[in-house]
Amino acid sequence: MKVGHAIAAGAVAALFSGALHAQSTLDAVKSKGYLQCGVNTGLAGFSAPDSRGAWKGIDVDACRAVAAAVFGDATKVRFTPLTAQQRFTALQSGEVDVLARNTTWTITRDTSLGLNFVGVNYYDGQGFMVPKKLKVTSARQLNGATICVQPGTTTELNLADYFRANGMSFKPVVIEKLEEVTNAYFSGRCDVFTTDVSGLVSTRSSRAPNPADHVILPEVISKEPLGPVVRHGDDRWFDVVKWTLFAMLEGEELGLTSKNIEQNLASTNPSIQRFVGASGDIGKMLALDNRWAYNIVKQVGNYGESFEANLTPLGFDRGINNLWTKGGLMYAPPIR
Amino acid sequence: MRARAAAAQVALVATVAFAVWYLASNTAQNLEARKIASGFGFLTREAGFEIGETPFLAYGAADSYARAILVGLINTFRVALIGVALATVLGTLLGLARLSHNWLLSKFAAGYVELVRNVPLLVQLFFLYAVITENLPGPRDALSPLPGVFLSNRGIAFPVLQPHAAHAWIGAALLAGAVLAWLVARWARRRQALTGRPFPILAAGTALVLGLPLAAFLAAGAPLALARPELQGFNFAGGAVLSPEFATLLGGLTLYTAAFIAEIVRAGVQAVDRGQFEAAFSLGLPRPHTMRLVILPQALRVIIPPLTSQYLNLTKNSSLAVAIGYPDLVSIANTTMNQTGQAIEGIALIMAVYLTISLSISALMNWYNQRIALKGAPA
Repeated sequence: MKVGHAIAAGAVAALFSGALHAQSTLDAVKSKGYLQCGVNTGLAGFSAPDSRGAWKGIDVDACRAVAAAVFGDATKVRFTPLTAQQRFTALQSGEVDVLARNTTWTITRDTSLGLNFVGVNYYDGQGFMVPKKLKVTSARQLNGATICVQPGTTTELNLADYFRANGMSFKPVVIEKLEEVTNAYFSGRCDVFTTDVSGLVSTRSSRAPNPADHVILPEVISKEPLGPVVRHGDDRWFDVVKWTLFAMLEGEELGLTSKNIEQNLASTNPSIQRFVGASGDIGKMLALDNRWAYNIVKQVGNYGESFEANLTPLGFDRGINNLWTKGGLMYAPPIR
Repeated sequence: MRARAAAAQVALVATVAFAVWYLASNTAQNLEARKIASGFGFLTREAGFEIGETPFLAYGAADSYARAILVGLINTFRVALIGVALATVLGTLLGLARLSHNWLLSKFAAGYVELVRNVPLLVQLFFLYAVITENLPGPRDALSPLPGVFLSNRGIAFPVLQPHAAHAWIGAALLAGAVLAWLVARWARRRQALTGRPFPILAAGTALVLGLPLAAFLAAGAPLALARPELQGFNFAGGAVLSPEFATLLGGLTLYTAAFIAEIVRAGVQAVDRGQFEAAFSLGLPRPHTMRLVILPQALRVIIPPLTSQYLNLTKNSSLAVAIGYPDLVSIANTTMNQTGQAIEGIALIMAVYLTISLSISALMNWYNQRIALKGAPA
């Protein structure tokens, strides 16, 4: 009898504690003292641990920037490496506060997963990589091929769509972990590896035994806008993460870098004054310190710096990810 | 006193029911509040992804999630059924080998059991998968150990019989032979019980089971056209292919479970008292009869319950398929969950299916256990 009571009481207590989850994410993050950020298990240039175990990449920088904005300290982040399949559940359940894991923005994900995409930090598209020795020059020649792909990705769906639309067939080999699926491709289990072109470039330069043996086919079969994601229904947190991303873009547009922003604290340019928090109270509107944007650029850098530090060494071109003023798609609404 | 006990039981059941109700309604409320879709409506929607292996059931990206999950279920059954059969055979042989008086044989079996039983199955699967995909050549320079059989990192391609109208008749003849053999065996047992005259059941049964289909096969003009695999473009077309993923999972599950079954078989045989052998021999029973009529029925009573657990383990372990890319139930359900975002429904589906499979295996084995148990003894 007593045991029964104890179990029942424990169960009820556990349930009630689960029910009270409606606290604002910004307050929760502030009170625990660090940001929990969901990242890729290892995609060079986006999020991967370096030789000393420190996380590096543009997705990692997106998280660091949020920490810089919230705490004034870009190091107050803990990273949770997630597979493609774990990522949404981890965010939905509150295990992570932000998901920055090269995740494609689609209407299904935005509306039915209880999530909100805050913007785009990399405009991508899906491509195919094949070994050079197969002498394939176009994706149209891939009829009957065995293709390595990760499950639960838009890639998996685009792949099926593309082959259906072109009346071709293929055999998928579907493996969850990026490491395992690329091993399968490089060992020859598959003729083709498909993912976002950025992923192909990154995989080829960081994992191929000899990068020159593999070619990326010219066809780009989809739009893959990648960006950070937050939970649906917490607009203040949504604003913080969204404007953090915009601040990195605006910083680049204003010519502010981690090196020169110190001197620009005394700038007479009103846009820069607002940006660094010398005038106005934009930080307060976000419930952040007025130097939030200064901290982002000072400690993490602007978008261009992040791109050059993480992606350029792997052979990435700015391309459509350049600022709108330089012929790209990166465009931030005005910070005023 | 009895009333108090009953009240306690009622209170406990009510508390558990309340907890379940609360959990369900709370979850539904939270999902609604966060605008996460719920319900099983997604099952009829178009899946949109392809599956690598679709035996027995045609499937394409335009089919529904329900059909995709059914394909996954078939794949789970395929590997579990074949795995159980192979592991039983291999495990029994290993178990008997451990009991052998041949020093080398028994030490080999003991070494195998200790090695395989003590390395995690997942590690063994990764190892086997790497061995297959890293060491075998690509399809364009596949090994051909037998004419028409090709071994490459795309799997084993081998010829299969081209479908022919007569094959249905041969199947029917096989079925008829099995039924006749069963009837003959029943008649022979009854006659032996009445008159004591034995009847060569095994020979007659084999003749019926094999002879009838053979007669049908010859009568139909021996249709033996083979569909041979041929290299076309990237891959082999025609014939049948065992994929590396299937081969890895089947091999891994079989080798691993066989080690446990070997120990169970050894324990079962050793549990039978030596006196039983001696008594049977002193009655003049020949060795095969001693094994079949005296030792095995007693050993099986010890073997069946733990063997059931191993069958259940093998079936549940087949969900490790996810790691090496074999499209089993869990793998397909995971993909479904991720495409639709409906994790709770997906996990509920997986749990319900495994529970059903496991309870079915348990029921079947319990029924068999009761059949061979000592009549009148407490179960």
